[in-house]
Amino acid sequence: MRSMRILFTASATALLVSGCASTKLEEKPAPVVEQSKPPAPAPAPAPAPPPVAKVEAPPPPPVDPLNDPVGVLAKRSVYFDFDKSLIKVDYQPLIEAHGRYLVEHNARQVRIEGNCDERGGREYNLALGQRRADAVRERMELVGVAAARIETISFGKEKPKALGHDEAAWAEDRRADIVYR
Amino acid sequence: MNRPKAASCHPYNPPAMPKTCARPTRFSSLILLLGLAAALMSRPAPAQMTVEITGVGSQQYPIAVAAFKTDSAAPEDISAIVRADLARSGQFRMVEAGDTPVAEDERVDLPQWRARGADTLAVGSVSHLADGRFDIRYRLYDSVRNTQIDGISYVAPPAELRLTAHRIADRIYEKLTGDKGVFATRIAYVVQFSRTAYELQIADADGANPQTALRSREPIISPIWSPDGTLLAYVSFESHKPVVYVHALATGARTAVANYKGSNSAPAFSADGKNLAVVLTKDGNSEIYLIGVDGSNPRRLTTNDAIDTEPYFSADGAWIYFTSDRGGSPQIYRMPAAGGDAQRVTFTGDYNISPRVSPDGRLLAYVSRRNDLFQIEVLDIALNQELTVTDTVRDESPTFAPNGRLLLYATEVGGRGILALASTDGRARARITGPNGDIREPCWGPLVK
Repeated sequence: MRSMRILFTASATALLVSGCASTKLEEKPAPVVEQSKPPAPAPAPAPAPPPVAKVEAPPPPPVDPLNDPVGVLAKRSVYFDFDKSLIKVDYQPLIEAHGRYLVEHNARQVRIEGNCDERGGREYNLALGQRRADAVRERMELVGVAAARIETISFGKEKPKALGHDEAAWAEDRRADIVYR
Repeated sequence: MNRPKAASCHPYNPPAMPKTCARPTRFSSLILLLGLAAALMSRPAPAQMTVEITGVGSQQYPIAVAAFKTDSAAPEDISAIVRADLARSGQFRMVEAGDTPVAEDERVDLPQWRARGADTLAVGSVSHLADGRFDIRYRLYDSVRNTQIDGISYVAPPAELRLTAHRIADRIYEKLTGDKGVFATRIAYVVQFSRTAYELQIADADGANPQTALRSREPIISPIWSPDGTLLAYVSFESHKPVVYVHALATGARTAVANYKGSNSAPAFSADGKNLAVVLTKDGNSEIYLIGVDGSNPRRLTTNDAIDTEPYFSADGAWIYFTSDRGGSPQIYRMPAAGGDAQRVTFTGDYNISPRVSPDGRLLAYVSRRNDLFQIEVLDIALNQELTVTDTVRDESPTFAPNGRLLLYATEVGGRGILALASTDGRARARITGPNGDIREPCWGPLVK
């Protein structure tokens, strides 16, 4: 089971790394040689028929890595410590992966939505959530994304994901979400 | 994709203005119940808002408010409303007046009232007029000095009976305390009924007569009144990001006045009502800007890498108080409204936010976090003395009454969002609980002309 997962991950990674370049094999119909023609002047020797293409099932269309449920881009959330907007080391690769995706897919726009846990004033938390979203944007800019492609907004503490009143819920709510448009 | 229906607006019709039909919703029909015999006749039974007084002022005027004489049943009990108003200020102690009505044209035995403990006595009458309006009269006696100290009569339609009672309570309050009364004012606040149901409501200062100005599936925060009471500005998330709106209460018409890239929030009217301070992130991080009330002509006021938010104008128009963490932690600062360097105002603790200045400019209220508790502090600016005025610990959004004597704020008790009152000396306290949902983001309206 584990080896299967490694195999999948390896192929997914391979796809990612290769930029998903692949081509579809086109089926060519076998040429038909016509019968029962009247004798004509000595015909030129019929060209050798091209080799019959081997018919195979075409490979699947290239997977947008954004839609790969086990790819690194499947993760869209960055979590923060209390009162902080510092990007923790654990989340840097995630943000950079999204940044590189954006660099490679020029048409994509993204919005980063900052959030806070329920403690504290609403407007100050709106600004703190904004700072978290901005921190993620800055990290993306480091890998080459133009700032104009990223909108950063904040929900402050107005749209909590976890509704509890304990550290587990609060930790879930101290979060910036990367949302593709 | 179908966008969910955006917020729906309703014109708000305060009783003093010519009316079109204002229909209170089922959710938002709240009236004051004080636990006294407030028999409200002929009103449809709405849900009830409860006021619980939990602390009283250091000086209380003992007053008896007699039942007003009525020629026949009136839709409102004027004397009960007056009693509830005076009690809620924390500065009056009700002396039991009994059930016997006493009209303003009757002889009164003031020494008897004094013997019962009442230094002041209010009496009056309510009479039907032929055209459907009411004639309301009242008189106020000083039973220590044995004289009349006030008397007035009003003519009012049925819809203005509560307002008239509040006006009488204001007059009593002013005669005895020397301060302007705020019983005839209004408050705005937000109710959250569920994750997808929010309402911006406006009610009388006693919680009665609520009307819905805005209904939305997304959050609404930071409502604030214009100085003349005709507009509300607020932040709505109906387009899935924070946008500042200005909303005309008489018509329900509203304009998105700040809808820039990024977040738009924290509106505050200038003292002359012509401009709004707002917080925009369009140029980077959260900064304070000035815009016209129509959204025109944005001018940037702060420039630094820190959070600058929650601007609030002093009533004389000279200062903008605001929250900033430019010093490393969120603190209150102020800067000249015309532009200039900011100076820090709060120095105690590492978290002071939500500044509000009293109308006379002498007091600053704010929320302070200390040891994980959020409480409202009042700073005497000149003396630099701070006082914790609340006994609740999850406080938000302080707002001064327009006489500067009381603070209304939001807090959480028993897991529910409620409003609460605290006098600026920290003594008088009350809690205001609604039957449905969590109430938050209060803002006290201006004095009513």
